[in-house]
Amino acid sequence: MEAFKSMRDIGVNTIIEAVRNMCMNANYYLNEDIKQAMQRGLSCEKSPIGAEIIDKLITNAELAAKKKVAICQDTGMAVVFVTIGQEVHISGGSLSDAINEGVRRGYSEGYLRKSVVSDPIERKNTGDNTPAVIHYEIITGDSLKIELAPKGFGSENMSALRMLKPSDGIEGVKSFILETVDKAGPNPCPPIVVGVGIGGTMEKASILAKRALLRPINIRSGIEYVKNLENEMLQKINELGIGPAGLGGINTALGVNVETYPTHIAGLPVAVNISCHVTRHAEVEL
Amino acid sequence: MLKLNYRRLSSDEVRKHIGGKNMHHNVLAPFNSDAVKEFRAGDTISLSGIIYTARDAAHKKLIELLSQNKALPFDIKNQTIYYVGPCPSREDEVIGSAGPTTSYRMDAYAPTLIQLGQTGMIGKGLRGESVINAMKEHGAVYFGAIGGAGALMAQCIISQEIIAFPELGAEAIRKLEVENFPLTVIIDCYGNNLYEIGKAQFRKCK
Repeated sequence: MEAFKSMRDIGVNTIIEAVRNMCMNANYYLNEDIKQAMQRGLSCEKSPIGAEIIDKLITNAELAAKKKVAICQDTGMAVVFVTIGQEVHISGGSLSDAINEGVRRGYSEGYLRKSVVSDPIERKNTGDNTPAVIHYEIITGDSLKIELAPKGFGSENMSALRMLKPSDGIEGVKSFILETVDKAGPNPCPPIVVGVGIGGTMEKASILAKRALLRPINIRSGIEYVKNLENEMLQKINELGIGPAGLGGINTALGVNVETYPTHIAGLPVAVNISCHVTRHAEVEL
Repeated sequence: MLKLNYRRLSSDEVRKHIGGKNMHHNVLAPFNSDAVKEFRAGDTISLSGIIYTARDAAHKKLIELLSQNKALPFDIKNQTIYYVGPCPSREDEVIGSAGPTTSYRMDAYAPTLIQLGQTGMIGKGLRGESVINAMKEHGAVYFGAIGGAGALMAQCIISQEIIAFPELGAEAIRKLEVENFPLTVIIDCYGNNLYEIGKAQFRKCK
């Protein structure tokens, strides 16, 4: 009983409201780190058509923010990362149901596109953009952090996973990243943001890559070799020539974020999650 | 508010960049395969008139209708299909954000429609060989719209009407009237491809 009393109570309505608002905000407003990177891209782009495209994307984002409409019609499938303290008690219903209700309200009240089908083969639209893809992490304490990253599929479809061998090493990782971005070409709406996950297991590498996209692109990894890898990959990707909208230029990527995790003696999993310039991301701490 | 620190390009400068041979065309849709012959990869286009939307699920249904020898919901001859699934519109708007979706997913269906007389496709991203061959054989053009600029592009759409498959929601077929819709010729009916030309100019590796 003593332990129960120390639990912090959070009602589902608070969660529903928070998720609803994040769905709208993530789709209407470009994040500050991306805005800055777009400005930098505009000032250094050597291709006149490329500069014109970045300019139009900036104008588009300003228009979307002003009118409170989606930056892009692909308002994504809602990916949610929940970091919850083990001393939090959710009252009034289930946490997953609350998150999905927030998505339902956000997409319907926010005039966002409903892009989710209930089955990958039968493909009937669920009509409310649910369900979300939810990742839970339980930590100590009594905090609740919800991060929402609605993911568009033009870029999601260009993402890839490869189970490299330990002997492939960092050079193998670099080749795989460059190969994936090069193959994607104009499809994911460059300039892109590249999230990379290295290590763990097959699914862990993919989740790391997705997580990497949630880190602002002006913050580098705290691990020295990972930071160097991020910088080198950004430079090499921008030497591929793909450019804004794939019409040629030096701004193919705005940022490369890499996350790592311990792995097995036999493995070197690498996941590359490509995201378009919008790279929707909102978070709330309740 | 962001400040722009460069001046807008004139269409002459854009033309110079892409080889000096490119032109700007004001085009009225629908257009026939003779009109298509005028377009070259890299040309800029202001498209006005009537176009139709269709993406994955609608294309699948169109091809199913054909395989059952049934009529399509609109006459495909000389028409342009915009690969888009728009956002719902706010009360005071014609349409929600409406930028292009990635075109290669329609590659399985496009050659059949081109064979039946479709002359224009609007999308973004790479196309397969079967599509390009059909474009060369029958006279069709692939225009690129700017992916990720859906709010801006919606401004050029002056009316929309769902004409088929309303149950598909965002994927329903819509008849759109557009005005000065800004496009670039990506692949022309001779097989020239702006993605290849553009990339080669700025590529520093193999």
